[in-house]
Amino acid sequence: MKKQIIVGLGSCGIAAGASKVYDKINDIIIAENLDVELKQTSCIGMCYKEPLVEIIDNNGRFLYGDISVDKVMDLMDSHIQNHEPIKELVVDSDMFDGSEKAYFDGQVKIALRNCGYIDPECIEEAEEHKAYKALKMIVAKPITCDEVIQTIIDSGLRGRGGGGFPTGLKWRFARNNMSKQKYIICNADEGDPGAFMDRSLLEGDPHAIIEGMIIGAHAICATSGIIYCRAEYPLAIKRLNIALEQARNRGYLGRDILGVKGFNLDIQVKEGAGAFVCGEETALIASVEGKRGMPRKRPPFPAESGLWKSPTNINNVETLANIPYIILNGADAYNKYGTDKSKGTKVFALTGKIKHGGLVEVPMGISIREVIFGLGGGIQDDKKFKAVQLGGPSGGCIPEHLIDIPIDYESVNSTGAIMGSGGMVVMDESTCMVDMARFFLAFTQDESCGKCTFCRIGTKRMLEILTRITEGKGKEGDIEQLEELSEQIQDASLCGLGQTAPNPVLTTLKYFRHEYEAHINDHKCPAKNCKALLTYEIIPDMCTGCTVCAIKCPTNTITGEKKEVHFIEQEGCIQCGECYSRCNFDAIKIY
Amino acid sequence: MRINRIQNQTIELVENNESTEIDLSLMDSLITKLKSKHGNLIPLLQGVQSIYGFIPKEAFTKLNTEVGLELSSMYGVATFYSQFRLNPVGKHIIKVCHGTACHVQDASKITTALMDTLKINDGETTEDNMFTLESVACLGCCSLAPVMMIGDETYGKLTNKSSSKVLKNIKIQESKANKK
Repeated sequence: MKKQIIVGLGSCGIAAGASKVYDKINDIIIAENLDVELKQTSCIGMCYKEPLVEIIDNNGRFLYGDISVDKVMDLMDSHIQNHEPIKELVVDSDMFDGSEKAYFDGQVKIALRNCGYIDPECIEEAEEHKAYKALKMIVAKPITCDEVIQTIIDSGLRGRGGGGFPTGLKWRFARNNMSKQKYIICNADEGDPGAFMDRSLLEGDPHAIIEGMIIGAHAICATSGIIYCRAEYPLAIKRLNIALEQARNRGYLGRDILGVKGFNLDIQVKEGAGAFVCGEETALIASVEGKRGMPRKRPPFPAESGLWKSPTNINNVETLANIPYIILNGADAYNKYGTDKSKGTKVFALTGKIKHGGLVEVPMGISIREVIFGLGGGIQDDKKFKAVQLGGPSGGCIPEHLIDIPIDYESVNSTGAIMGSGGMVVMDESTCMVDMARFFLAFTQDESCGKCTFCRIGTKRMLEILTRITEGKGKEGDIEQLEELSEQIQDASLCGLGQTAPNPVLTTLKYFRHEYEAHINDHKCPAKNCKALLTYEIIPDMCTGCTVCAIKCPTNTITGEKKEVHFIEQEGCIQCGECYSRCNFDAIKIY
Repeated sequence: MRINRIQNQTIELVENNESTEIDLSLMDSLITKLKSKHGNLIPLLQGVQSIYGFIPKEAFTKLNTEVGLELSSMYGVATFYSQFRLNPVGKHIIKVCHGTACHVQDASKITTALMDTLKINDGETTEDNMFTLESVACLGCCSLAPVMMIGDETYGKLTNKSSSKVLKNIKIQESKANKK
């Protein structure tokens, strides 16, 4: 067979330099006149080894990691010209165990089944990997709307955007509302900072989401579909539009889909304009209608009166990507994974101070420890694990003593965090939890639409208090006031943004109260992160008098003669940390 | 709060009012395409912004007379969403990611380094209209944190040095292009 070289061209791969690798390989193929097929794929989830290059030959498949441009020549020489795989660069292979075998073995890929295995811009390849097979099965048998909905209910699939509402039930509500015009919307407004599951899915396997939407449209009798996607994801939008065009040409979209009379659906991509609150259903609908994205009171729920007052069903990207798999393989193939109430798998974006940052799909019920220390490889620079943040600005920090809890909706909720859309930000001992809470509050405060007074003004007041604490100006009673405001904001906000905005503060107060107290009472930041609370001092025994710190000090507060011990005048010090990072002899301590 | 944005933008809008001359006919094909569509307000504003880089005051008036959209609702939308700008921007917009993962990996250091290199504050444009510096929420490349985006190009695993180097390279390319 003809050798294939496949380069991973997802957004993160491209940021790591994969386009240049692709071009270089292409140049070599042309220059050497090689009989090799060069293709692209998207993110396989192994972001920490980007750029990734896969070679498939008669011996099998070999996935290479960390292939920077300067390694391309060697790789082409060795593997392509001389048929000799470079074993130490192989991260995964079906011939022998690559260095990262464990990363793949611990995962169960259902939503991500095709990501990184197909060219997302080529519908033929997607079809070889069973795209639109579930749809064809529904049309051929035929399977009725109610049977489809029942299968989804039986599968136990719950909304993967964070809410966790059973998808099948949601479809049934929309189905039961009779109307000539119904809408199905895919919520791809992935606004959680620290989450990129939906982006990877949209870039890597757009056909799975489109097929999920078509099946959903069949189930609830919708005639019009919209994918509401963040404008910050230009590659995802481009690939979605390519995929939609291909699906139209193949008769999967349009009038009388696959020859079924009256089965009409077209899908449009709408670009979001940058507002986190538009992840909320009613705000998203307002935004599609061209208004300010402000949530409204429910009921009526979108299933009764949504977009342009017609029944509307909104599902998250990952939820929809699961649908074709469930229809094709049956509810049991999906619900055999997971726990009693949380079935199937969940995709997580592992980021922060973790060795193997990337995208993982794991069965529900696996422990947080297994994800972070098993798949994630532990903490960067082998520092001490402190907490993991789940659920973004609406979620909370889970401390070390709770990391053996299973990942399912109920267990995660019991800690005060939420499952959320799947962002998992790992923090080590150098992360200050008060600063973390301040960061999230700053985000929600900025993103609050301003409709509800408590969310609008309450978050601002909370942010002021938190900022004050991190600047060393905290006072007695601050913690109590934060708690009081949190409760009021939760009670008096209309939508999920406000109701969950205090979560990061409440969970850090619950598990890391001593850090708040250290900031307020002792004027110390235990994580040595809050600048205003740090003191820099030179250790006389270690100082060689090299003068580097004195030269670099922007305020000239470091004194001392050459080859003599230096000294920092505390009064002039602005805690910039320049001396600490410049010292070659570890002679500066922070406390 | 989103209200903060309205205040900031209004003040600057008045200042920049007279200086720019704008060819409004560039909007014509966009208007023809979207005029009769349901919910066209946001796509129209997005289209205008992609033509001019921001939404000029005259464009609002033109949309008002030719499409019939109310000025108040357009202004409401334009100040609500973070994507829209009411002021001209530099040729290259530098978006430094301040998402959670980047924050944990000290993204503020990158912004500070860029502010030093460009000698502007966050949200400002350099005097030569070459760069605009912005802080944005997550760009979705969390595993490469800290990250910034210039144009459609994303740069990951930044340090103070490497981020300034990226700017230098762009400047060199620009001056080369000018000479030609």
